[in-house]
Amino acid sequence: MTDAPGTFPGRVFAHAKAIPDHPATREKDLGIWQTWTWREVAAEVRAMACGLASMGFRAGMHLAIVGDNRPRLYWAITAAQALRGVPVPMYQDAPAAEFAYVLNDAEVAYAIVEDQEQVDKLIEARPGVPTLAHVIYDDPRGLRDYDGVTSYEELVARGRAFDAANPGFFDAALAAVRPDDIAIMLYTSGTTGRPKGVRQSHRAFIAAAEGSVAFDKLSPADSILSYLPMAWVGDHLFSYAQWVVAGFTINCPESGDTVMTDLREIGPTYYFAPPRVFENLLTQLTIRMEDASALKRWLYRSCLAIARRCGAAILDGQPVPVTDRILYAIGNVLIYAPLRNVLGMSRVRVAYTAGAAIGPDLFRFYRSIGINLKQFYGSTETCAYVCLQPDGAVKLDTVGLPAPSVEVKVADDGEVIVRGPMLLAEYYKRPDATAESIDAAGYFHTGDAGYFGDDGQLRIIDRAKDVGKLAGGSLYAPNYIENKLKFFPYIKEAVAFGAGRERVCAFLNIDMGSVGDWAERRNLAYSGYADLAAKPEVRALMRECVEKVNAELAADPKLAATQVHRFLVLHKELDPDDDELTRTRKVRRGFIADKYRVLVDALYGGKAVEHIETEVKFEDGRRGIVAADLVIEDVAPRPSARAAA
Amino acid sequence: MTAARSIGGTILEVDAVSLAFGGVKALTEVSFDVREHEIRAIIGPNGAGKSSMLNVINGVYRPQRGTITFRGVPRHGMNPYDAASSGIARTFQNIALFKGMSVLDNIMTGRNLRMKASFLEQAIWIGRARREELDNRARVEAIIDFLEIQHIRRTPVGRLAYGLQKRVELARALAAEPALLLLDEPMAGMNVEEKQDMCRFILDVNAEFGTTIVLIEHDMGVVMDICDRIVVLDYGRKIGDGAADEIRGNQAVIDAYLGVAH
Repeated sequence: MTDAPGTFPGRVFAHAKAIPDHPATREKDLGIWQTWTWREVAAEVRAMACGLASMGFRAGMHLAIVGDNRPRLYWAITAAQALRGVPVPMYQDAPAAEFAYVLNDAEVAYAIVEDQEQVDKLIEARPGVPTLAHVIYDDPRGLRDYDGVTSYEELVARGRAFDAANPGFFDAALAAVRPDDIAIMLYTSGTTGRPKGVRQSHRAFIAAAEGSVAFDKLSPADSILSYLPMAWVGDHLFSYAQWVVAGFTINCPESGDTVMTDLREIGPTYYFAPPRVFENLLTQLTIRMEDASALKRWLYRSCLAIARRCGAAILDGQPVPVTDRILYAIGNVLIYAPLRNVLGMSRVRVAYTAGAAIGPDLFRFYRSIGINLKQFYGSTETCAYVCLQPDGAVKLDTVGLPAPSVEVKVADDGEVIVRGPMLLAEYYKRPDATAESIDAAGYFHTGDAGYFGDDGQLRIIDRAKDVGKLAGGSLYAPNYIENKLKFFPYIKEAVAFGAGRERVCAFLNIDMGSVGDWAERRNLAYSGYADLAAKPEVRALMRECVEKVNAELAADPKLAATQVHRFLVLHKELDPDDDELTRTRKVRRGFIADKYRVLVDALYGGKAVEHIETEVKFEDGRRGIVAADLVIEDVAPRPSARAAA
Repeated sequence: MTAARSIGGTILEVDAVSLAFGGVKALTEVSFDVREHEIRAIIGPNGAGKSSMLNVINGVYRPQRGTITFRGVPRHGMNPYDAASSGIARTFQNIALFKGMSVLDNIMTGRNLRMKASFLEQAIWIGRARREELDNRARVEAIIDFLEIQHIRRTPVGRLAYGLQKRVELARALAAEPALLLLDEPMAGMNVEEKQDMCRFILDVNAEFGTTIVLIEHDMGVVMDICDRIVVLDYGRKIGDGAADEIRGNQAVIDAYLGVAH
């Protein structure tokens, strides 16, 4: 791989020469999977780049990319890079007001977007974004009568004409791209404060992709489904950087709602999803199994019991008794293989999850039925490439070994710091933030608190700044408690409070799907989210979950003091549109504490009921008020393991 | 958005149509016209004769008096088959889909009139039958894409939510590639979000395919927003006709809706 070009567009054109007829991109359109080979992709990229150049796009400029995972949007990344421009993918579900911040911060003049919905949002944002001059759209539907926007077809046609008139232009442009040019700017999700633009060079992202491609032996023969937001570093690594480096095939789903069907049709060999996707899959599966006949249910239960006992060990190549191996083989024919097929994972060789903590039952389930699910650790600033779990040494509570060519250390204050070729070049226009996060020795401070176990694998506890102390002095890791709560299928989100206070209290969000199903099975009638969340029966269900978490916390002497003493069930779902979650669905604890100050005060003030009115934003931008009286539940803490002993 | 779409000449002319069921006069001397590419609304209080009017246009009812001229051909009455084959498609107030069939198959039935292959050819899947099927399927897929219902392609219609069934019904009507599309309360029983989606689809159908649309609707906000011209019926008589602004200021219409002190 050493003589391969050092830039992404260079590599795309190298594939077009080396494996011209290999499928590079597929998309399901009008019910049929359409394929573009590397040769065709290179031709599209060339035409797009020339088109952009003819419209005045130059080196150093930013190209905003907004939309679902569409082939042309992925190719646009390469086209911008070929002109030494910087693509800036943005979260497609953000409202226009949020667009404006990123567009202004990046001084975007050129944008390529998926469809009318996104064009409308850009037009709405335009008055506040003086730099935005050119909008190019992919899907022409509904855009016939719009002025001042350019269709993809027109862009490509202009590009071909420009290419014919300036024969040497594109090749010269491509040759001018340097490995140290900025290849991409990804915005952080902004758990605290405004999002920052993270600038990564070709060299950094190619290093991250090469390392991970070699680690899992990915090749052009692999195939993945690209369905995660393009603005997320995870998707950029899996669907773009690794795609270009390994030369495999990316498949774009027909629409956001058809992902499950598309997954089964494609049968990817390499799969990546955040824990909530795995959780949804298992929830759907469980609900369907409960509706199956008694014989099938019995078969499912008994086979899964065998899988739980020995499935993961077989996958890890550990010694397993012969009887168990035989039983597992039978189970594989009857249940596991069909199950993997239903999940679209029959061909999956390597599956990854990251982005949040995954529940133990969930993780064990997938591994036990023979899906090689692993975890990794990384962030936007590190090209999502810091630690990876090697085959055969996969553990629930670790994020793996330091990846090839990456140095990982734990600083004296417990913060994980990393050094390597995959580090960001800088935060855009924020030299202060850049200087703050990269120290003199070149280590990037991740902001995560963690430690290495005896096995050499890294374990992440929480965000370093969130790890605090209770007033009594005990260690308090809110994220750790929240994750334990969220592992219950009934709890969608949890927010723990306690830093500097006597006790830990929590807000809970029910999971509408599973609690709704639970209520239905009990003939519990409800009219909607707020009503269901307010049911005494639901509160009792939540209390059971909290008590189980308390029992686990009590077992750990260090954390026994952080058991949840009081909790309430929120009347509305925490939502990124209301700024309560980031676009990657992390809770913004500080913001929530401010917004729901009355509720926090009620939790600590000993009140039994509190009235709250909350403003909510609807998807179309309108606002409304939701009011509720929330009942606060007290939970008696368990005695700590040490105290009991 | 509607400004750039050029509204053409008259495509449908309803002239002095009267319809009675025994002694009940459903429609009395109703006249109005529909121009090519426009969205025309028929509104009125309950029992005003709106659905009857639609049923007269597509031949379910035969008016006792009056003529209907569609694309230059005057008729006194016609049957639904003739209406469909001359380019009129419709959706129903109470959804009329095949509940046990998949979304795809339901929409394919909208292509029925476009299939020329004989029963025998279709049975043994040769020649024209095969070609036609592929052709029609491609058209149907384009409509599925247009109305964003890819995810339910294989789902039996009976299992779908009401709002989606309405969308499937619109898809089936569109599959016939109609020159005139009649929509009987396309937004009845929908929530706000579904209504917004449906409005967008109606406007898009009109803009992209140039389909002339006549719709009945109760939601005044919707009607005022998306329609070019409005006919108002009350007790089977036309009491208003014109653009949204004219209708808003029309005293007879205000009286009919709000009631009037006698």
